[in-house]
Amino acid sequence: MSNKIVHWFKYASPQSFYPLAGKMVPWFVALAVLLGIAGLWVGFFIAPTDATQGEAYRIIFIHVPASWMSMFIYLIMAAWAGLGLALNTRLSSMMASALAPTGAMFAFLSLWTGALWGKPMWGTWWVWDARLTSELILLFLYLGFIALQAAIDEPRRADKAGAVLALVGVVNVPVIYFSVKWWNTLHQGASISMAKAPSMAHTMLLGMLLMALSFWMYSIAVALVRARAIMLERERNSEWVKHAVE
Amino acid sequence: MQWNSIGDFFAMGGYAFYVWGSFGVTALALLMEPLLLKKRRNDVLRSVRRERSAVNHSSS
Repeated sequence: MSNKIVHWFKYASPQSFYPLAGKMVPWFVALAVLLGIAGLWVGFFIAPTDATQGEAYRIIFIHVPASWMSMFIYLIMAAWAGLGLALNTRLSSMMASALAPTGAMFAFLSLWTGALWGKPMWGTWWVWDARLTSELILLFLYLGFIALQAAIDEPRRADKAGAVLALVGVVNVPVIYFSVKWWNTLHQGASISMAKAPSMAHTMLLGMLLMALSFWMYSIAVALVRARAIMLERERNSEWVKHAVE
Repeated sequence: MQWNSIGDFFAMGGYAFYVWGSFGVTALALLMEPLLLKKRRNDVLRSVRRERSAVNHSSS
């Protein structure tokens, strides 16, 4: 029964997804580069100086997209991990493992750029408030997921243990997102509804969205490349890998 | 455009350290990750090929 369900999805098996992923990677790389160039152009040359924060606000063009990505990637990772847990499909769990390091990197970049923004604006690199602390917990969840999987030799058991951790950790994502509403915090509110002069908001928003799209495309490309490496590593003794490496 | 010169651009209104510290580390991370992945992929390809040729030699 479960075999039948799996075979309905043509690309749910590593051997058919491997070549497809390989074909998709260059397109996502190209999109990431083009959108990134456009986003940086808008962010540095079209968006005007902020009235209160001066040029320091330009950190927003990577801080906000990196923070969004760290949360989106976690949700997608948890969804893949949950799918792998429920349906026992190999590819789903591999996709979850492929996303974790990229998500961790964006969580780190969110904290790093946040610290560099906080210092000139708040006078401190770090405060233990709800937004910052919950984002730090997100980074630890990613690192915990990676470490837990690395600590278990048998891949399918590692997948299951990782999936449970990833699913439990999902509760942290809405906490991060709504933390600026639920608690008093130094951190400013949601960027999208920021009350600024209209002309300002438009170019700022455009730059931010272009950078976010660029990060999206980058994440997809990198996750596909990593998923392909994981497929080779895990299924190295199968026939399809022997043909694929020729 | 609000920059009068290249020096003006790099100075970032006095926030150069914070702005370039953010963009620099982000750029570094986004370049390092693909490079590390390329190495990971090459490592597994090489070891699978080596194993394969070892099996072929011993069987022939």
